Amino acid sequence: MSELSVVGTRRPKVDAVAKVTGRARYTDDLRAPRMLAAKLLRSSRTHARIVRLDVSHALALPGVHAVLTGADLPIAYGILPVSQDEHALALEKVRYAGEPVAAVAADDEETAERALALVEVEYEDLPAVMSIEQALAVGAAAVHEERPTNVHRAAALEFGDVDGGFEAADHVREDIFFVHGNTHVPLEEHATLAEWDGSKLTMHTSTQVPHYLQRALERVLELPTSRIRVIVPALGGGFGGKCDPFSHELTAAKLAIVTGRPVKIALTREEVFYAHRGRHPVLMRVRSGFARDGRITAMEFRCLLDGGAYGSYGAASMLYTGALQTTTYAIPAYRFEGLRAYTTKPPCGPKRGHGTPQPRFALECHLDKVAEELGLDPIELRRRNLVEPFSWTVNHLRITSCALEECIDRVVEASGFEEKRGRLPHGRGVGFAVSAYMSGAGLPIYANELPQSEVQIKVDRGGGVTVYSMATDIGQGSDSVLAYLTAEVLGLEPADVAVVSADTDLTPIDLGSYSSRVTFMAGNAAVEAAERMRALVLGAVAEQLGLPLDRLVLRGGRALDPGDPESGVPWVEAIRIAAASRGPLVTAGSYRPPDLAGPYKGAGVGPSPAYSFSAAVVEVDCDPETGEVRVEKVWVAHDVGRALNPLLVEGQIEGSVYMALGEALLENHAFRDGVHLGPSLLDYKTPTALDMPEVVSIVVESDDPEGPFGAKEVGQGVLLPVIPAVANAVHDALGVRVDEVPITADKVIRALRQGRVGPKRLPDFPFRDAVRVDPPAQWRAAP
Amino acid sequence: MMRLPPFRLLRPRTAAEAAGLLASSGTDTLAVAGGTDLYPNMKRRQVTPRTLVSLRGIDELRGCRAGEDGELRIGAGTTLRQLVADPVVTSHAPALARAAALVSSPQVRTVATVGGNLCIDTRCNYYDLPEGWRASIGFCLKAGSDVCRVAPGGERCWAISSSDLAPVAVALDAHVRLVGAGGERMLPAAELYEDDGIRYLGKRPDEILADVIVPPGRGLRATYRKVRQRGSIDFPLLGVAAAVRTSEDGACEEARIVLGAVASRPVRCLEAEQALAGRRLEPGAIEAAAELAAAVAKPMENTDLTPLYRKRMVQVHVTRALAELTELG
Ligand SMILES: Cc1cc2nc3c(=O)[nH]c(=O)nc-3n(C[C@H](O)[C@H](O)[C@H](O)COP(=O)(O)OP(=O)(O)OC[C@H]3O[C@@H](n4cnc5c(N)ncnc54)[C@H](O)[C@@H]3O)c2cc1C
Ligand code: SF4
Repeated sequence: MSELSVVGTRRPKVDAVAKVTGRARYTDDLRAPRMLAAKLLRSSRTHARIVRLDVSHALALPGVHAVLTGADLPIAYGILPVSQDEHALALEKVRYAGEPVAAVAADDEETAERALALVEVEYEDLPAVMSIEQALAVGAAAVHEERPTNVHRAAALEFGDVDGGFEAADHVREDIFFVHGNTHVPLEEHATLAEWDGSKLTMHTSTQVPHYLQRALERVLELPTSRIRVIVPALGGGFGGKCDPFSHELTAAKLAIVTGRPVKIALTREEVFYAHRGRHPVLMRVRSGFARDGRITAMEFRCLLDGGAYGSYGAASMLYTGALQTTTYAIPAYRFEGLRAYTTKPPCGPKRGHGTPQPRFALECHLDKVAEELGLDPIELRRRNLVEPFSWTVNHLRITSCALEECIDRVVEASGFEEKRGRLPHGRGVGFAVSAYMSGAGLPIYANELPQSEVQIKVDRGGGVTVYSMATDIGQGSDSVLAYLTAEVLGLEPADVAVVSADTDLTPIDLGSYSSRVTFMAGNAAVEAAERMRALVLGAVAEQLGLPLDRLVLRGGRALDPGDPESGVPWVEAIRIAAASRGPLVTAGSYRPPDLAGPYKGAGVGPSPAYSFSAAVVEVDCDPETGEVRVEKVWVAHDVGRALNPLLVEGQIEGSVYMALGEALLENHAFRDGVHLGPSLLDYKTPTALDMPEVVSIVVESDDPEGPFGAKEVGQGVLLPVIPAVANAVHDALGVRVDEVPITADKVIRALRQGRVGPKRLPDFPFRDAVRVDPPAQWRAAP
Repeated sequence: MMRLPPFRLLRPRTAAEAAGLLASSGTDTLAVAGGTDLYPNMKRRQVTPRTLVSLRGIDELRGCRAGEDGELRIGAGTTLRQLVADPVVTSHAPALARAAALVSSPQVRTVATVGGNLCIDTRCNYYDLPEGWRASIGFCLKAGSDVCRVAPGGERCWAISSSDLAPVAVALDAHVRLVGAGGERMLPAAELYEDDGIRYLGKRPDEILADVIVPPGRGLRATYRKVRQRGSIDFPLLGVAAAVRTSEDGACEEARIVLGAVASRPVRCLEAEQALAGRRLEPGAIEAAAELAAAVAKPMENTDLTPLYRKRMVQVHVTRALAELTELG
């Protein structure tokens, strides 16, 4: 691919200048004439029945235009078709402190605030359910009374002969881990501006998924989607926290319809902690069997998720805690039991890595412990079990390009891991881990056979190219990627390509920015659309100039014969020729992943057209007296298929490392007495710039056969290995284990006194017998 | 967090004028300097003064000067950023500059003042959150209800003294000059504080803190150590200020060990100080003193990390502070 001129070059994002100069307009920057401000009244109770709700005094306050309660928006919704269990405003019950109960639209925010204080609510308290243990306890209060228990979803799956695998093992080990759960903390708080013109609703809103929001609005407001337009302005970070339809979006829409005036709701930072949908707390048990040489003979995972009050993506999150363990290691027999429980806390959902960082933390720490017991080098243990490129996993996942081994080699060499492990002074240590992640979920959220991404390209007479795509740039750079890919195919500069994105009226479908799907899926659609445009333009030029078509290319702003650089015509001339003979210069492309789901219920979670792979080494300096863990340096190698823009890839890697270190050492979405412990940026500890170590990013390119120019995922996968690598490094430094994250200083001190800090048992739960699934036909047991 | 509630801003030119305004305007008037403590508290509706008396236009509160005898005078309006960089301060009271450098973030230090730092409200994680949140826990003593959420049995508030400068000021035996409506007076820094999370200041509300006066050092060596979870922004989970003067032969003539963030005011570790008297600062003596210091600290469950951990850290950091001073000697 030596001919590439855009792909692979380092350049700032197309919107970088607008963002750093403050020119970019975020939802909360928008003003509309006659706009009202709305506020949500949030429950002060953790779990309670609403006995009385009287909004008359609030409504009577001068300057108040409308007050809504649950009865005004009675239709249930939820992001997944299987979990339609949310209401825009609480109906009869509140299920977490902070749940929206009423909404007020007023002349300004101050008036709305004052009106909220006039809403009278009488609650009848019910017992709070604040943990997995409490949710599963006999006689626990029911979070959703129509359900017999607090179990939201449970699954038990078995691939291959697990019992046989354990019987054949020379060595079996079991470990228990806990991840406390954490939240996204996007810099931009969620905001929505809703406008109703009498027949059409227009929403400017900070969402990662305009298409899914449009569907939720359609359902709850009973409006056809043709009357709903969702536009995403500049968006200041999502990380999965803006992937659900939210109360403030549905109520702003309803308030706009009721008042006939534009209505804006901008959440406060405190409210963002209640909107949540972040990382599930997960209690995990992993058991695995090994042959004497270190080969895995069988593995078993049991994962109990604390879901919070509503379903959100939880049914998928639960399955994700079991799905991807097999994508790094060739596990011949695998059993997964998973359960998600309802608790009276803000709902959990997808956060960067969605459901997979927790089990990855467990698995990679577990493997280090196994290696220690077997007297094997931890990296050697992993090498003996590595998944093969272009193979199938026992749970029916198709692995294609895979440079995991190269990632390991490079990161081990760059960090000097082998020379350092066990040899650094007491208090200093290194840790290692690997991971893999999807380049887009293979299946959409609601079952359909349609393309998951479509892209249109239009070329104007001046040669300007416009790309239309519903893909949502949440700061990850998807607009930039679409511009790069289109420019590459058309032989132009990215600056010649305008991107119109995330507007349901103007742009063709894309399912949204989640599961690292956009570069792969919208990218493939853009490449197809651009290739069609190239064919169209070159066909016309070849005809006009009497040149053989197969000799012509688009390069450097010209249509030319590369063998004869003097030949051909400039791009603008080529466009005129094409427009004259071919009519409107408009093309489209689309992408739908191959059908990859295995033959079992739950198989929709896990398949992806390609996986990224990564390996990390973390070096820490621990103070044995204070328990403080300082991360000195992080090395990561990431197989991203191809770096479309290495600068962007490195940015995603560094951002992932940042987020991973916060989760590993500091962040805890904790509750006390039923209430969020500290919904503020002072109390909730995300790392500061001073807590960030040097990061060495090693980009590994495996050139995926199905990705756009060989590209795969970047941005989620590389978060995963960093967390267990920190835990493993702390162990190397101090010889003790903290088997839960965050690994705070007080836990390190406790571990130094008692050898280990971490959960000791899982609450009992009678899982049904696992559904037995034969490995795929392509599965080969290792020789 | 909500936006700031509306208020009237008065801009006196002298400290006496400011004190007069505070005395005459009643309880819903407060002084404000940098506002980095007060404004967030107002946004959370912990206080809702109708009138603020800004101290920023008062020239006499500015500047740091050292007298010929080595006495250091720091104007209360000096910003922490200025304090950190002022050569008069770094040479006469380096521990104070060090503590100031550990306050919050560069942005906050640019507007935060010394006077404001010494007077910041006590903190508690049942209290320092927005009004709606406090309502959901039923408020607490400090917020006007009748129960303390940390120690429900008791009658008092245990909110934590969280100033980084206060323990150092006490350890250096600094005094503050207070200008009130009825005249001015000097007060030892230690007496500026009460052991009560609600009425935490030992001064009248109309009294303006005008200067901090640090006596001549005469060989006193001092340091400050701070425990926090992150490299920036966070309030202290523990502050340890230590000051010692040793004789020619290394024997300890004077020692002051002051803990921040373990109670509602800075806490002096008198027994630890006495244990050091006349002894050389050797590991044995240091360890014994650190143990005694830890016994004084009674952290509660109202900030980050566990009370047990924070108590353990007293011993570690007093040891380290004293060891540091040994090295300096
Ligand atoms: C995110 C964040 C982190 C912080 N971290 C720290 C920290 O780590 N360590 C720390 O010590 N502080 C911290 N602070 C608190 C605060 O920023 C500092 O203590 C600062 O020095 C306060 O000074 P100020 O001038 O802004 O005070 P202001 O907010 O103006 O005033 C604080 C109080 O003192 C009174 N006051 C101010 N000046 C005088 C005066 N001259 N005479 C009498 N009364 C006066 C005011 O009436 C008010 O009650 C933090 C604040 C924030 C927002
Ligand atoms: S210590 Fe008690 S009274 Fe004081 S702020 Fe905290 S909870 Fe309230």
